[in-house]
Amino acid sequence: MVYDVTHKTTYEYETPVSISQHLLHLRPRIFLGQDLFSSSLEVTPAPRTEISRKDYYGNELSFLGIESPHTVLSIVSRCRVRVRAPELPDAGGTTPWEEIRESLTQDKTTGYFGRGEFLFDSPYAASDGDFQDYAAQAFRPGRPILSALIDLTQRIYRDFTFDKRATNIATPLKEVFRKRRGVCQDFAHFGIACLRSLGLPARYVSGYIETIPPPGKPRLAGADASHAWLSLWCGGDGWIDADPTNNQLVGDRHVTVAWGRDFCDVSPVRGIVIGGGDHELEVGVDVIPIAEQ
Amino acid sequence: MIGIDSMRHSGSFSELLERYRPPAGVWDEMKDASGSIRPHWAPFVSRLASSGIDLMKERRESAQKLLREHGVTYNVFADGKSDERGWNLDLLPMLIDSEEWSRLEAGLIQRTRLLNHVLSDIYGEQRMLQDGLAPPGLLHANPAFLRSCHGIRPAGGRFLSLHAVDLARSSTGEWWVLADRTQCPSGVGYALENRNILSRLFSDELRETGVQQMNAFFTKRKAGICSMAPWAESPTVVLLTPGPYTETYFEHSYLARSLGYPLVEGNDLAVRDNRVFVKTIEGLQPVDIVVRRVDDTFCDPLELRSDSFLGVPGLAEAARAGTVAISSILGSGAVEGPAWLAFCPALCRKLLGEELLIPNVATWWCGQTKEREYAIANLPTMVIKNAFAGPMGDPIFGEDHSKDALTQLAARIRARPWSFVAQQRVPLSTAPVWTGERLEPRPLIFRCFVAGVADGYVVLPGGLTRLSASTESPVVSSKFGGCSKDTWILSTRQEDDSARRELRESAPELHRGSGVAPSRALDNLYWLGRYTERLEETARLARVVLSRLTGEGGADEKSEQTVITRCLAVRGRLPDTFTGAVSRKDLIVAIGNLMLAGDQPGSASHLILRIGELTARLRPRFSGDTWRILQQIQVEFPPQFATHDPAAMLSTLHRLVILLAALTGVESENMTRGSSWRFLDLGRRIERAANGVSMLAAIVDVAPSGSFALVPLLEYSDSTMTYRRRYFSAPNLPTTLDLLLADASNPRSLAFQCTAIGEHLEHLPNSGPDMPEATCHSQIARDLESADFQALGADAQQGRTHRLSALLSDFTTAIYSLSDGLATHYFSHILPRAN
Repeated sequence: MVYDVTHKTTYEYETPVSISQHLLHLRPRIFLGQDLFSSSLEVTPAPRTEISRKDYYGNELSFLGIESPHTVLSIVSRCRVRVRAPELPDAGGTTPWEEIRESLTQDKTTGYFGRGEFLFDSPYAASDGDFQDYAAQAFRPGRPILSALIDLTQRIYRDFTFDKRATNIATPLKEVFRKRRGVCQDFAHFGIACLRSLGLPARYVSGYIETIPPPGKPRLAGADASHAWLSLWCGGDGWIDADPTNNQLVGDRHVTVAWGRDFCDVSPVRGIVIGGGDHELEVGVDVIPIAEQ
Repeated sequence: MIGIDSMRHSGSFSELLERYRPPAGVWDEMKDASGSIRPHWAPFVSRLASSGIDLMKERRESAQKLLREHGVTYNVFADGKSDERGWNLDLLPMLIDSEEWSRLEAGLIQRTRLLNHVLSDIYGEQRMLQDGLAPPGLLHANPAFLRSCHGIRPAGGRFLSLHAVDLARSSTGEWWVLADRTQCPSGVGYALENRNILSRLFSDELRETGVQQMNAFFTKRKAGICSMAPWAESPTVVLLTPGPYTETYFEHSYLARSLGYPLVEGNDLAVRDNRVFVKTIEGLQPVDIVVRRVDDTFCDPLELRSDSFLGVPGLAEAARAGTVAISSILGSGAVEGPAWLAFCPALCRKLLGEELLIPNVATWWCGQTKEREYAIANLPTMVIKNAFAGPMGDPIFGEDHSKDALTQLAARIRARPWSFVAQQRVPLSTAPVWTGERLEPRPLIFRCFVAGVADGYVVLPGGLTRLSASTESPVVSSKFGGCSKDTWILSTRQEDDSARRELRESAPELHRGSGVAPSRALDNLYWLGRYTERLEETARLARVVLSRLTGEGGADEKSEQTVITRCLAVRGRLPDTFTGAVSRKDLIVAIGNLMLAGDQPGSASHLILRIGELTARLRPRFSGDTWRILQQIQVEFPPQFATHDPAAMLSTLHRLVILLAALTGVESENMTRGSSWRFLDLGRRIERAANGVSMLAAIVDVAPSGSFALVPLLEYSDSTMTYRRRYFSAPNLPTTLDLLLADASNPRSLAFQCTAIGEHLEHLPNSGPDMPEATCHSQIARDLESADFQALGADAQQGRTHRLSALLSDFTTAIYSLSDGLATHYFSHILPRAN
């Protein structure tokens, strides 16, 4: 599938901001399953410093330094990407998950494609005994890893309620688990923490999903949001992405922007501003399948 | 005549040395197992033995006095409150002989080279992991490995710029490495200060024992820091501190002074267009090198911990761009955790092709199966620690815990094995600590320092020896009390000579001006000027009232007291009900509150507290004498410095006024006339101008005829003598107004303040006649020039106070606008920021 994605982020400040600096993870990364045809970044006011480079995980990163006073900051990222649905193996035929866990003790991969980085605790997704017990219901002894992953994805989907008001980014995972409520970010972090508690490497994927409007209704501009899901190392079958928010394995309707240990490695826009007082944030995402145009 | 009593106390020290018995089974630094003095201690000990105990007691007291005077402290945080604790220095040094030191020196340099190599690899190619030299988990499970700093390559490959190594000596006399400190190790300043103190008390012993000097290390360290920014011919260096509430703030400010770098906080620095700048009143000044005392993750809220307000947003990106060098690199803490110790011997062999010269204490990283199982099976004999740098938590000594507790510990280890190490328990060596009564053997850890220089590494010939709080306690930590020792590295004659020669060769270049002064420091100086002047005023006011309360109480004095009390009530310095009749008892209580109520802004106690805070922040900018007086104020006037007894308060206040006069004197004679001096003096002049005008306005309001008000007013203004010399009569309002407002030769007059302020404004950077502060100033000057104080005074005496009151009120407005103008012009860019 080919998509045109527009991701608008607007900050409105109560009082003028004199200086601000931002780190952006907005340009989709290129890998086997995804091509990037074009991409652009429009920032108003124009930054004095703009640096684009790759981060430690191989994601596209932009650093902005804005030095003109402003009360509104607008960041618009546009891109055209092609997503190929991964060829998923037959779940029942995949390797038992314990074998994969054991194989990792000898794993020496590093750099962009390393596995070990995703095996241990990270700030937002740390292992825990309770999570391990929860995950063990899906990861039963000897079970093929993909079957277990599908089961875990389903459980999270079934047991947790999508509720924008229940949590924010600072809510501890324990509390998300207790409330059984949250948003895509929380579900991804929870899934990752479950998998790490079992000794399996899992990473956080930040991106977009194409939403299909209700039958007979037009697509609303900016109605989509940025999305997050998880990815599990499945040995010979590589990384397999699962989306617990939508109870599915990732096919060609998910656009990947960046991956890391958790949200803190890949948050789309982070920044430090001087001045500004209170602010309001508006985010709008459009994921338009190109065939529609 | 020598009394029998003192004879008994002044025994010689040799008896104490003889009676010193180190515990069996551990190495003692001074005595061997047979109880004889070790050879390298012998010359020092024989000198010591001939000293009388009284002399040693005197020296001990002098040491404590010097430490207090120098303000040497170590802040201990308990219950979130800062408790500034005096630094504890034992009078007896720790001695290490030259041959042993040469071996240690080589081993320490090797270790720094090794860790520098490891840092270069993990923040680069990570070949080490691919080649299987260390388990990948050592990096991947390591929260101190800063992923966002990967790929930053410092100029010259200097990843580690200052490295501290904690050593312990085993019972067989070998040194072992206990821990590495690679982020921003503390102790080097305390070591220098320890030497500073002991060199005054044992100058002969130091010379005769042939102790290596430490100065050369600091000269080389400075040159080493300079060489980190090869792009700059004479680089600007700043020392970044988390601020005065941090444990080792004393050391930060001490090092800033010793090395001559401005001490800055995160907010003093800014990144613009990928370069680091320091905010000064002249504008942004580029910075080439940041010597940081802020921990890794707090250094940049943009790329690292976003909740940190201690760092500089954009610092990491600037380091990546290579426009700033950081000592040591961001993320240097990645090799600090004890887990690395387990792999150092192998890494040294494979990366450097050498055997590790100083062995590690035996360490098992629980992230490995075999090692974990061994550690768990042997928990009772192990010390369990966190594997990586970060909030360390206290080490757990297996032998101190019950079987149940150890079972629980084992379960915790199994749940997160990679975050634990087990270490063999090392019995620490002991050294004699003099308690003032006897010599006690106390366990010790010796911290050594290695600095990177242009062509390699240098080791501080000395270090910080820390000892536990008691003979029994195995924990050596400044947090838990205990003490430190100066460490004497004995030298051969040649070493000594070459060190002296090097020192001579590195004569400093001529340099005028006071270097970079961050705006915030000037803002602090301005407020120090205002608060010290306000404190002096408060003391003078209270004195005027108290002297009338304690005098013979004649009718005139009584009336003067009433008038002046009302004036103070009008000015808000005493309760506003005091404009009416006041009992003597209430007045005494109220004056007591004006002195002591620490929660009442403007009270002397409150001002002294604020002055203390500013003093701490400004420490590196003061000369020794200025600092001593400021310290003295804090020492002599603690929050409850007086009783509510008028006579006692009065004598306390005399003392305070004299100390403040000493402060003003030493400032005006010792400070170079740069911006620092100007802002300090501006603060004082503006405060004095405002207070003087306010006092006059109150008098015009309360007692326009001037009767009974002018004598105390002149007393308050320290102008009594001048007035008497000039007028030989009881004061009247017109002449008093002239003396206190228009007479530019009277240092207490408004005109005098106005001239001084004008001179300062003219010399400040970016000043000009159109600046708001300058306009306010010229208005005051104009009004002073054109006012006819004879006429105004005569009118007021007749009860026609309107014009005089209006003029005084204009002065007040102009003075405060001037102050606001200054703040907006020079300090408004020190704004808070949001994440």
